[in-house]
Amino acid sequence: MKLPVVKLPAPNPPLVLSGADDFIYPEDDFDIELHLLIEAIYRKYSHDFRNYSPASLRRRVRQAMLALDCATVSRLQERVLHEPDCFPRLLQTLTIPVSEMFRDPVYFMAFRRNVVPLLRTWPSIKLWVAGCSTGEEVYSLAIVLKEEGLLDRAILYATDINPASLQRAEAGIYALDSIKLFTANYRAAGGREDFASYYTAAYDAARLDPALRRGITFADHSLATDSVFSETHYISCRNVLIYFNRQLQDRALGLFRDSLVHRGFLGLGAKETVQFTALAPAFDSFDATARIFRRT
Amino acid sequence: MTSPRPPVPAAAIAAAADVRRAPAGPRRALPGVPRTLLIGGSAGSIEALGVLLPLLPADLALACAIVIHLPADQPSLLTEVFAPRLRFDVAEARDKEALRPGCLRFAPPGYHLLIERDGCLAFDLDAPVHFSRPSIDALFASGATALGADAIGVLLSGANEDGAAGLEAIARAGGLALVQDPAQSRIATMPAAGLARLARAGLEPAAVLGAAALGHYLAALGAITATDSTPPEPARTGVQR
Repeated sequence: MKLPVVKLPAPNPPLVLSGADDFIYPEDDFDIELHLLIEAIYRKYSHDFRNYSPASLRRRVRQAMLALDCATVSRLQERVLHEPDCFPRLLQTLTIPVSEMFRDPVYFMAFRRNVVPLLRTWPSIKLWVAGCSTGEEVYSLAIVLKEEGLLDRAILYATDINPASLQRAEAGIYALDSIKLFTANYRAAGGREDFASYYTAAYDAARLDPALRRGITFADHSLATDSVFSETHYISCRNVLIYFNRQLQDRALGLFRDSLVHRGFLGLGAKETVQFTALAPAFDSFDATARIFRRT
Repeated sequence: MTSPRPPVPAAAIAAAADVRRAPAGPRRALPGVPRTLLIGGSAGSIEALGVLLPLLPADLALACAIVIHLPADQPSLLTEVFAPRLRFDVAEARDKEALRPGCLRFAPPGYHLLIERDGCLAFDLDAPVHFSRPSIDALFASGATALGADAIGVLLSGANEDGAAGLEAIARAGGLALVQDPAQSRIATMPAAGLARLARAGLEPAAVLGAAALGHYLAALGAITATDSTPPEPARTGVQR
């Protein structure tokens, strides 16, 4: 075999600033300005993104720059500080809600089959969905509890840092397009009822049965800055910790440890674990596949 | 998939040695963060990996992070397929895990895989890019930021344009942009898009090679990186590049 001639990289062309191409922005400048933006948000709005994972934060700030038509992060910072309606829009991008009902059916199957029988042993139970976004997960848990006859003795807390997401969560109205996926997930998660009995469809939206909401308290709570507000028996915090750096992951897991009763449960995302964190000794694995852990 | 024996390793080493003589890029990774291979591919790329990866030496001095487009709703078998055939540490990536020389990590299905400046891997569930999560663009762009001249991007066979913008970001950051020769790729769309994007930006790929030649090239690069304990040479003016 003949080895081809290998060309060396040509000298880099000069950097050009352009809103259309998100990669041409000089990275070092970007990071300096990103740091200033995050500090500005913290000081003005008390939202603390200082310990979020930088790589993901960079991607989201780039998206916000495109959405808000800012050529530089400094321009975005100026708008965030001086235009009252700009920060909520930025917050929407920084806390992109990605959720679906019964997402990862294996998780809800494990909750129903393996966790519910143990939750039953407590006279009343409190559940906490930390980082509830637009509410899909807390309603999914409420449906399982209802079907298992536990909803009446359960209190569910659903918390998030984004007020717009909390409002949508409280409304419990979802695009009709998404119902097909929710229904398939519900069945795959061991749902036995007709999923259509949990919502009423009107126009292109589906409104969840308000009875599901009765036991749910929606509240503003930050894993970065707030403290424990209640003793709980089950905490679900899925695909939230991946957006935190190790320090903030440890803080959040510390809150969960302090909130959970002895032998209380913690459910994480499909690729998240307490292993390799400082809080590993505080939890046992309960269901390795479903990523459910138990307070030691 | 049988891997051919390296035919002319000396030539490959010479080719990679040229790389070393090239001026260092604008920025390198932080101390302690290894020079890292970022490999992306889609349709036809597993075949290319089957040729390329076994050519890398057991004592590989590079770290390696790989995004292959796979269905999100089933577990990836990439680790099971490649671990028994490779002599280095092969596993599915873990969130916040540190990259080390000789480790090879696959992105989990359904999550973007990103590189942090401190050389750790991070996951992200944001929207798919080019209908893909994990996205090659997301890996490459974060790698370009985190690793600068220590990023080595490799774009393999595939049927969409994911990875092209990321490859440009790597080249722009002073890293090496390597592309599987479209003529030798099962599906030419992805590598061709990468080359077209570089050309539009006035950048050149470091190499356009078939899978086996890419393997030799990277093996040689790894060998040089291993012995390269001295800081990168300053740019020599007047050197023909």
